[in-house]
Amino acid sequence: MEVAGGREMDVEVIELDMIEINNLTVSVEDKRVLKDVNLHIAQGETIVLLGPNGSGKTSLLKTIIGIPGYKVESGRILFSGKDITGLTIDERVRLGIGIAFQRPPAVRGVRLKDMLRICMEKRGDFKEEKINEFARKLNLLNCLDRDINLGFSGGEIKRSELLQLLAQDPRFIMLDEPDSGVDLVNINLVGRVINELLEKDKMASKRTKAGLIITHAGYILDYVNADRGCIMLNGTVICSGNPRDLLEDIRTKGYEGCARCLK
Amino acid sequence: MSEVSVREMAKKAEKKPSAIGPDIDLNAYSAEVKEHGKIQKLKELSGEVKEKAISAGIDAEEACRSGSFFQMDHSVILSSAYQNGLEIMSSTEALKKYDWLQDYWWKAVNVDADKYTAQAELKQNHGYFLRALPGTKVEFPLQACLYMTREGLAQNVHNIIIAEENSELHIITGCTTAPRVRTGLHIGISEFYVKKNAQVTFTMIHNWAEDVEVRPRTGAIIEDNGVFLSNYVCMKPVKTLQMYPTAYCVGKNATVRFNTILFAGEGSNMDVGGRVFLRAKGSRAELVARAITRGGDIVTRGHLIGEVPGIKAHLECKGLILSEKGRIHAIPELEGKVNGIEMSHEAAVGKIAEEEIQYLMARGLSSEEATSAIIRGFLDVEIKGIPEHLKREIKKAVSMGEERLL
Repeated sequence: MEVAGGREMDVEVIELDMIEINNLTVSVEDKRVLKDVNLHIAQGETIVLLGPNGSGKTSLLKTIIGIPGYKVESGRILFSGKDITGLTIDERVRLGIGIAFQRPPAVRGVRLKDMLRICMEKRGDFKEEKINEFARKLNLLNCLDRDINLGFSGGEIKRSELLQLLAQDPRFIMLDEPDSGVDLVNINLVGRVINELLEKDKMASKRTKAGLIITHAGYILDYVNADRGCIMLNGTVICSGNPRDLLEDIRTKGYEGCARCLK
Repeated sequence: MSEVSVREMAKKAEKKPSAIGPDIDLNAYSAEVKEHGKIQKLKELSGEVKEKAISAGIDAEEACRSGSFFQMDHSVILSSAYQNGLEIMSSTEALKKYDWLQDYWWKAVNVDADKYTAQAELKQNHGYFLRALPGTKVEFPLQACLYMTREGLAQNVHNIIIAEENSELHIITGCTTAPRVRTGLHIGISEFYVKKNAQVTFTMIHNWAEDVEVRPRTGAIIEDNGVFLSNYVCMKPVKTLQMYPTAYCVGKNATVRFNTILFAGEGSNMDVGGRVFLRAKGSRAELVARAITRGGDIVTRGHLIGEVPGIKAHLECKGLILSEKGRIHAIPELEGKVNGIEMSHEAAVGKIAEEEIQYLMARGLSSEEATSAIIRGFLDVEIKGIPEHLKREIKKAVSMGEERLL
């Protein structure tokens, strides 16, 4: 169908689930951290995950990426239809899953530049010139020769995580609090790169990526359009809806309001 | 001190065990060797000798070296300097040639420190004498190789290194054994004299056989504005290794830096330290050690002694344990004797953090690749102040060891 301006209009909604989490229950050292989580994320979709501290948001991301110690008691995780529940971290990464950690460790002797090379080599597309190009975008040229995360400021860590994702170019992107500790000057930058990673410049139906973003304060929503919001409480996803409406509810009623709503 | 009394002192210490490290029965190493013939160039060495020497940092082509010294068992088979202002010869020869050398003999190391120093005096088999005349700056490093070919041999060498005023000397020493040799004892006395405004860098790479016992005894005296940088790498197995090189900053602004990289596999016992006396205003010292064990036993020591105000010293030791067995014992000591000094240390011993492995895996590396990247990073000590090609030799020695590690 043609519309004014010659752009093709998409009428067909592609419902291709990139991530499918079914009845997922997870424990860490015998402590249950996720209970019966169900979450589907379609290709092209961006979801924000809201919830109080300790509600299981980070545990969910760590379980999806496959951190050992996050023991899946029941349920499963599918990525593009493939069951990845038993795969190692690197196997999942090779399939196209990427994560920006909230508090990544420093690794002595491994420079940020080395990490970017690793990221690109591992997806079989290493281009030396891309290192500077990506770093310039995130205002991190001065960090390239430093040991990764060693002495980085909070904001530098957030930007360096995104920088590594740019080099990895994953199809499913998980961001754990990309906006915390980022100053006003850089939050714009961070937002721009997240939009690039999620192909927000493309028409919704043309996007091949999907995103799951944890945000505590919701600042990032001023820069990145999310299609849907989910609230986690006590290790499970309790509701979903328009992200701005959810955030507004939380701002006015607090998470206590969510708890009351459940009763 | 007359020569006679030095010998007497040595005799009295003949049975004196070392204050630290496993005791060795010196009589166990009494193999006899014949003299080896001299050569003109290292290129003449047989392929197998050459290969072992190269693995200990020796450049057999001698293209990027200012001079070479090669001692095989008890014979000095080559000693040549390729630059004016440099002297290289057997220390025994040098002692005959220069009367004044008595003033440097056993002045940075005590002859009666233990039975190893005593044996080096009583049964000395050469060693090297390296000297840079005043104002001489070497273009390329000097190299020295101490090589053992005979099973059960004791090699007792005494090295003297003198950097005269305003000179600059870079030395690389490789110590190793012939491929079939398993047991032996190496005692190496090294006395360094770094005069006013002189600079010495000393890079020592040990590449021993599994059952060799090694007892270096090193002392360095550094005068005004002198700089002594010592790098030690031992990534290969050894039965027992014990050394505690000691530097004395006696001139103002004297600077000392020790870098040590150790890897002990199962059956290796290493006790390696560094000690610096800061005796003059403005002296600086920095000791950096990296130790990795996969079943071996490592004691890594450091001792800084601040004796006058206005000195600054730092000690850093990091240990990584890669197996269930194995031990790393870090013993950093700071001893301040006056007000107005600045001394600090940091030490950490542990296994590789799982979190770091997972982080690298999240960027696509396998668990094994992540582990080796972390180990490589751990061993990547920033070595300042030495020529690029020596840095490369150190990197080479470390990476050859890494292959065994991974």
